[in-house]
Amino acid sequence: MTAPVLTLQNAALSLDGNAGLVEILHNINLSVNRGETLGLVGPSGSGKSSLLMLMGGLEQATAGRVTALDQDLTAMDEDALARFRRDSMGVVFQNFHLIPTMTALENVATPLELAGHRDAFDRATAELDAVGLSHRRDHYPTQLSGGEQQRVALARASAPRPQILLADEPTGNLDEANGAAIVDLLFRLRDRHGATLVLVTHSHALARKCDRVVRLRNGHIAADDTQEAAE
Amino acid sequence: MSLRLAARLARRELRGGLRSFRVFLACLTLGVAAIAAVGSVRQAIQAGLTHEGAALLGGDAQIELTYRFADANERAWMTQTATRVSEIVDFRSMAVVRGDDDPHRGLTQVKAVDGNYPLVGSVLLSPDIPLTRALDGANGLPGAVMDPVLIERLGLSIGDLFALGTQNFVLMAALTEEPDAAGDGFTLGPRTLLRSRDLHASGLLQPGTLFSTKYRLDLPPGADLAGISEQAAQVLEGSGQRWTDARNGAPGIAEFVARLGAFLVLVGLSGLTVGGIGVSAAVRAYLARKTETIATLRTLGADRATIFQTYLIQIGILSAIGIAAGTLLGGLVPVLLAPAIESRLPVPAVFSIYPQPLFEAALYGLLTALLFTLWPLARTEDVRAATLFRDALSSARALPRPAFQIATGGVLSALIATAAWFSGSVWLTLWTSGGFVAALILLALSAYAIRRLARWASARTRGRPSLRWALAAISDPREGAASVVLSLGLGLSVLAAVGQIDGTLRNAISGNLPDVAPSYFFVDIQKDQMSGFTSRLENDPGVSRIESAPMLRGIISRINGQPARQVAGDHWVLEGDRGVTYSDHPPQNARITDGIWWDKEYSGPPQVSFAAEEAEEMGLKLGDELTINILGRDITATLTSLREVDFSNAGMGFIMSINPSALAGAPHSFIATVYADEQSEAAILRDLADQYPNITAIRVRDAIDRVSGLLAGLASATTYGAGVSLLTGFLVLIGAAAAGEPARRYEDAILKTIGADRRRILFSFALRSALLGIAAGCVALFSGILGGWAVATYIFDTGFTVIWPSALGIVATGLAVTMVAGLLFALRPLSVSPARILRASD
Repeated sequence: MTAPVLTLQNAALSLDGNAGLVEILHNINLSVNRGETLGLVGPSGSGKSSLLMLMGGLEQATAGRVTALDQDLTAMDEDALARFRRDSMGVVFQNFHLIPTMTALENVATPLELAGHRDAFDRATAELDAVGLSHRRDHYPTQLSGGEQQRVALARASAPRPQILLADEPTGNLDEANGAAIVDLLFRLRDRHGATLVLVTHSHALARKCDRVVRLRNGHIAADDTQEAAE
Repeated sequence: MSLRLAARLARRELRGGLRSFRVFLACLTLGVAAIAAVGSVRQAIQAGLTHEGAALLGGDAQIELTYRFADANERAWMTQTATRVSEIVDFRSMAVVRGDDDPHRGLTQVKAVDGNYPLVGSVLLSPDIPLTRALDGANGLPGAVMDPVLIERLGLSIGDLFALGTQNFVLMAALTEEPDAAGDGFTLGPRTLLRSRDLHASGLLQPGTLFSTKYRLDLPPGADLAGISEQAAQVLEGSGQRWTDARNGAPGIAEFVARLGAFLVLVGLSGLTVGGIGVSAAVRAYLARKTETIATLRTLGADRATIFQTYLIQIGILSAIGIAAGTLLGGLVPVLLAPAIESRLPVPAVFSIYPQPLFEAALYGLLTALLFTLWPLARTEDVRAATLFRDALSSARALPRPAFQIATGGVLSALIATAAWFSGSVWLTLWTSGGFVAALILLALSAYAIRRLARWASARTRGRPSLRWALAAISDPREGAASVVLSLGLGLSVLAAVGQIDGTLRNAISGNLPDVAPSYFFVDIQKDQMSGFTSRLENDPGVSRIESAPMLRGIISRINGQPARQVAGDHWVLEGDRGVTYSDHPPQNARITDGIWWDKEYSGPPQVSFAAEEAEEMGLKLGDELTINILGRDITATLTSLREVDFSNAGMGFIMSINPSALAGAPHSFIATVYADEQSEAAILRDLADQYPNITAIRVRDAIDRVSGLLAGLASATTYGAGVSLLTGFLVLIGAAAAGEPARRYEDAILKTIGADRRRILFSFALRSALLGIAAGCVALFSGILGGWAVATYIFDTGFTVIWPSALGIVATGLAVTMVAGLLFALRPLSVSPARILRASD
């Protein structure tokens, strides 16, 4: 049996909102194995994206423990979490979240520069080439279509060869054709680097491509099945 | 669609409150308040001068004569017209204190008075004794009172003796308040006050001595000042008299205050312009947020005019609030701070709420608000209903419709015309506005260049992510580099120009001038004293050069038979009396630029040689006839030559030189300049003053210090004005930084997600602010130096050198201001969880 790269033990998340404390996730116990592709599905508001944020250390669990690659994320401060992501994780968002003041190439090179890679721009060029955008390297995000922006975001997430790739509804803002192309690309990049992939999706087709699907409902894990297909 | 509908829509839109308009209101309020405050102080001083006119003048009216006393006829008219007349003699002299050591000498401006002085107001002394008792003296010697500054300079105590010429006086008290001091204008020496009759034995008032007499008239209540002034002009016609009356008791000061006030208002306009940039940015940001609303209104059928009117009304209401707050603040602050301001003013002021300066400031505010909001408002016309589905504002045309461009040009012209009207000087306004417009264009071009440069540099800083992010952000047109460079840059440019001009003038006066200027001016040398005077100096190895010339003073009253002011306007040569000399040959270092000098033996009708530059300014040409009143006598001379006169080295330079036969018979004294090394100066003064007590020595270094002090005062007043511009610039930066906070938060979240720690992010934010601040400072410095050079070269006609301490201060200020504004709004985003930011924007 392969060792888990991500583990959540009794993890919970509450957020202080205008309407008071809102409990988002309750008592989550989950392990994700190395090389596994895990789809997180569930209705809107079920806590899928929040769970992904906990896995990426973008939110701190209010209870329980989250470990990634044997590191206790719940014990790290924000800077340590940032460095951990820099070295080990790539994150892709539904809204791409490219830095608007940087070109496509600069966006992809930034995590490599942060990691101190001298060949950051060469590697970024190769990554852009891999997503088919080398001809758009000097364009700013606003000059790219949604599909192109997401491809740049994918290139940025996979450029540092992360062991864990987290994707939050990566096709949510794209049309069917672009969505399919992005999914194809996402899995190809995962295969190329052998990363563990966790993705949040509403798409049945995309969930079906995953080794394992976890369904959330009202902040709880409702089902966890490698055979289950999303409805 | 009607205006009423637009007003209704505007009212609904404003329900959101004024929160998002804080910077808008602050910029407009501060800019208007600064102008209103300057105008109110100016008005308060003018009111003070008018109210205290008689006291400042020392009577209801004054007739001033240049080195002569009134003759019997003139006295008779004065006695007949006035209920009381007071005669004052005013001249420069040397006060000498003889002790065991070398005597102390100090230049003083003597005011010799009669028993009627002061006709108005009262003299305050320390110890508090009546002036009559003080001037009575003690131990058989006449008494005198002195300015405390001179008492300290001479090391005197009350009861000590000092001499003026050959007459000893007892110092009876310190002169703490002289009611008519402000009306006397600028003097090189502090005041000594004594009785005229006590001067008889002093040997000071000899023929040709440079003195003036002032006859103060106490007129019957309700006297018609204008009518009496006309009578005086007839009775004293051709006497060279100058009339002043209580309607404007200190004309020199009144004019100076009016000019300085006008200039400071124009400097205040630079603050309002900076505020305008902030106002414009705030309106743009507001309209950007309202794009969806506008698009919705368009979808619902609102036409372009309704949309424009809706937002024009909103901005109009907000502008009215800002202007009202500014005028209120600018009107109230001087009244509230009246005691503090009054204590620093050398002239009286009556503080109150004056409507005129408030109206002036409000009008400036209105025009500026309109100027800077018209274009952003015009862009509302470009918002289409389709904007609801995609961003259409970004594809809007660069320039608004021609109608808006013409309207903007009209508002700008109206603003400049208003400034010209209120300042009373079209040229000053055009030069200042031209300077601002040029600076704004330069700053806008620089902002563009800075963005391009940052883009270029960003591609060359690979491997240094913090620097690259900073440069990339600066290069982004949405990041407000232009607004930072424009708002901060204009304030800093004014500050830099003031620093450079002040430094250059001070350098020219106190740095370079002592090297080329003479050590001493000696005045009132009698003709029979000249040979002894010259031989003492010629035998001194420390003396390198002596120049001397006969010295008279005259007023140009007519040019070609017409009143001089009608022909040559308000040229400075016509303001009061000017030095006149005579010579049978041109001065050694002078170059005749046109015409010919008279022959040595010439004894025909009077001829005059005039300074070429001033002649050109006054429109004089060869063959013109100048009537010059000298010693109460009109001499009409033909202009036969023009010559270059260099006033820049403080040497001897006469505007007018006349052929000897025309003037040699008139009583006059001589003036001499002595160039000596610093070590010999004290001995020269001692010997000459001992031998010729009537001679007055003016040490050039002391005069330079006095003028430098005055310049420092002017520079600090202008610096306060420029400081308001800088403060407004800082507000604009705060506004820009606050508007950029969501962007900072977003960037911070993305950078954290891809692995940047807070230290690195903060460093990049700080670097961005620092680079922009330094860039704005450097551009401001360049434009300030350019402005300083232009003013020094073309207005003051002096050499220009960059004043580096001031220059570095400007760059440092730019750096500090942007760092504070930038980091103030960069720290908070760092503490926010990235997940919340990223999810909120999903």
